[in-house]
Amino acid sequence: MFMQHFINAIGLGSLYGLIAIGYTMVYGILRLINFAHGDIFMLGAYFIFFATISHGLPWAVGAMIAIAGATFCGLLVDRIAYRPLRNAPRISALISAIGVSFFIENFTVVVFSGMPRPVVQPAALMAPITIGSVRLVPLALMVPAIAFILVAALLWMLYGTKPGLAMRAISYDIETTRLMGVSVDKIIALTFAIGSALAAVAGILWALRYPRVEPFMGIMPGFKAFIAAVFGGIGSVPGAMIGGIVLGFVEIMSVAFFPTLSGYRDAFAFLLLVVILLWKPTGLMGGKLEDKI
Amino acid sequence: MTRNDLALELRSVTLQFGGLIAVNEVNMAVPKGSIVGLIGPNGAGKTSAFNIITGFYKPTSGSVEFCGSDGAARPITGMPPHEVCRAGIARTFQNIRLFSNETAIENVMIGAYVRQKGRWWMNMFPFVFRGAAREEIEIRDNAMRLLERLGLDNYADSMASSLPYGAQRRLEIARALATNPSFLLLDEPAAGMNPQESAELLSFIRALRDDFSLTILLIEHDMKVVMNVCEYIWVLDRGKLIAEGVADAIKSNKNVIEAYLGTGEARGDA
Amino acid sequence: MGASAGDKTLRNRALTIGSLIVFAAFLWWAEEGVDAYKVRIINLIAINAILGLSLNLIYGMAGMFSLGHAGFMAIGAYVSAILILSPDQKLAMWILDPIAPWLLDVQSPFLVSLIAAGAIAAVFGCIVSIPVLRLGGDYLGIATLGFSEIIRILITNFTPITNGPLGLKGIPPHASLLMSYGVLAVLLFCMVRLMNSNFGNVLRAVRDDEIAAKVMGIDTFKIRVLAFTLGCFGGGVGGALMGNLITTIDPKMFMITQTYSLLMIVVIGGLGSITGSVIGAVLVTTMLEWLRFVEDPITIGSLYIPGIPGMRMVIFSMLLIAVIIFRREGIMGMREFSWGWLLRDNARVNANDAK
Repeated sequence: MFMQHFINAIGLGSLYGLIAIGYTMVYGILRLINFAHGDIFMLGAYFIFFATISHGLPWAVGAMIAIAGATFCGLLVDRIAYRPLRNAPRISALISAIGVSFFIENFTVVVFSGMPRPVVQPAALMAPITIGSVRLVPLALMVPAIAFILVAALLWMLYGTKPGLAMRAISYDIETTRLMGVSVDKIIALTFAIGSALAAVAGILWALRYPRVEPFMGIMPGFKAFIAAVFGGIGSVPGAMIGGIVLGFVEIMSVAFFPTLSGYRDAFAFLLLVVILLWKPTGLMGGKLEDKI
Repeated sequence: MTRNDLALELRSVTLQFGGLIAVNEVNMAVPKGSIVGLIGPNGAGKTSAFNIITGFYKPTSGSVEFCGSDGAARPITGMPPHEVCRAGIARTFQNIRLFSNETAIENVMIGAYVRQKGRWWMNMFPFVFRGAAREEIEIRDNAMRLLERLGLDNYADSMASSLPYGAQRRLEIARALATNPSFLLLDEPAAGMNPQESAELLSFIRALRDDFSLTILLIEHDMKVVMNVCEYIWVLDRGKLIAEGVADAIKSNKNVIEAYLGTGEARGDA
Repeated sequence: MGASAGDKTLRNRALTIGSLIVFAAFLWWAEEGVDAYKVRIINLIAINAILGLSLNLIYGMAGMFSLGHAGFMAIGAYVSAILILSPDQKLAMWILDPIAPWLLDVQSPFLVSLIAAGAIAAVFGCIVSIPVLRLGGDYLGIATLGFSEIIRILITNFTPITNGPLGLKGIPPHASLLMSYGVLAVLLFCMVRLMNSNFGNVLRAVRDDEIAAKVMGIDTFKIRVLAFTLGCFGGGVGGALMGNLITTIDPKMFMITQTYSLLMIVVIGGLGSITGSVIGAVLVTTMLEWLRFVEDPITIGSLYIPGIPGMRMVIFSMLLIAVIIFRREGIMGMREFSWGWLLRDNARVNANDAK
């Protein structure tokens, strides 16, 4: 029984982690909480739904389309709503992000209607297998496996390639990096692209795991992923993943062991946020905050 | 010098940031009513010393004692900045920090808030709390008088950010004076001034001390200003006090010349 | 100059009182003379202005980016509703769990419930603000948003007190036009007095440069807690009026969307401007109502256009983005209305006389 919860928590947590990476990378570079990120995740889920369920494309092709589509949307959001505000006060960009999030959600209602749509899960992923005393579906193992492979690839990209170096440089000091001849706007776009692509993967896996899509499905996972990013130390990719898994555990285990508290499930996440912000605002893996006089 | 004649005393004050020692075992005793200076090359720890005195940094060890206008000396080590101000210490900043969305007179009025007796909610009932309403008018009048005293009355209703540079420096001083201090810390008052302006600054600082019965401690890179106006000078280098004394003694001090060597700043002729 | 300034003050006072009387007469007439739908929109404008002003106090004037206003509204709405519902109504309504016995017989007049709504929201605001105000900027926004959600989740789950997800129905409709605008007038008077006093200067100082404010002897933390608490008081009162206008409340009413539309009012009007928030409330409220037509089916001759659900919020959010990109300072910026400005006096007129 505990093993079951354990697997569930890892699965949910790694999905949070995948979304959280987008938050943490964008915040690390632009100091912007990209409120619309949860909605990019939702778009990923919608795209795969329409590609496969409505148009009957194979899942692999659908996944490609969903990732490409969500990435494009993420880039579009940056170009239209954030780039004009690069030199504005930070809160302005945040308000713009709130507007974008609101826009994507309602635009989805306009285009696809507000009705939740069920996702038909592929049979191959749902055939139960038994390992020892634990009975689970391959999908439950696939989710964390994909998440960890992607994080490993991202870390390699950040620490082993030139664009990755540029990204880390920008998050350290954007102006100096610009002076070094790095095309900052391109690197920022790349950051949005990576974040959106990972969110789309999370969206696809989410749609498979919790089989339905609806326009507002991105709000809560989005918030929780942000909390995970803060928990792990905003700006840190491994931190985001760890934060996501911690959050997955908090959520699954609290409900598993205290079923009477299930109504408070979402409150735990927010409580965790408030506690971490007060106790260690820079998060587990975060650096030191500066206070200049 | 007996202890009662001191306005401010730093006793072996040390400030450490991780491995970096910004201020190292500094002792200073500032006599009441004097104009004194704290100098040193860039990064010597002068502004850190100011931030310790005004409560922004808590020293790692050592103590700061302050004797205000009431004549009683008390430790202010680790006191929060607003209480340090209440005790009677005001300061200006190296990079001017005015309230840019406020007019000049409002900037000065903000300084008077610390001594304001009327509470915030009294202004919502103007017919009940007439005393508070009168006090508001007094504060505005006093602020106007301060602006006149510093030659800023023409700018009273201009936005602080729109003032010329020199006027902004003086407005910062006016705002500090509005808190009714007995001790004033000036962080590079001559920065950005031309020779004529800094010459005027000398008499201005002396007049301030006399008119407002202040003790003034200043950080300054303009040696002409320091040597002319300061009655006593402390020299910091890499957090350590390397010399102290009157202007002439400092000018000929070997350690000081060494610390400044290559910059030529110490050779400013008096 | 002195005499003419005095004359102007007198003239401005007369103009203010005169226009207030005219406006009150209009409201008195409108209550009966205009159709119920329009009365409701006019009323909603006042309530949104109250809510916008209280958020502006926190964000625009004291510079604390709060996304938690919906939570404090919810507290106000529930406190007021529980206080004015009759014991019989309560017995009939609480069906999931019986109502907490100590709440059953509590009943108070509407005005008392309004003040209690504000006060309890303020107490919560104060308790929440003490830990979270140590955070700055966007982190503060997220933390307050978190608290707002926690409040909502608590309301959903504390069935014996709040009737949980079912909400409260049949709240006596006390929020008449004169009541809402009366509350707005009191709030406006208090805010104008406050912001024109030296305390107003101090509030802006804390917003613009916290370090310099500390050096001026200002206990910036205390000032920020105070401003946040006052803003929450306004939020509670506004929420209570909202509940009394709609006569039905439930936890879903106080989702983050509610905070967004208040944020829209404040941003469109101008951060830090009292006048701006009132203008913002008029614009946003009427626009949101007017936009309902895009969600209703339209028939033009033989052409039938079905309504598009969601379109209203699409336009609304596009507007928010456009404002923030192209006119960040909103309509008023930090300026305020004054008769002197209207009548083109050259001298700077004391903004006291604007209202």
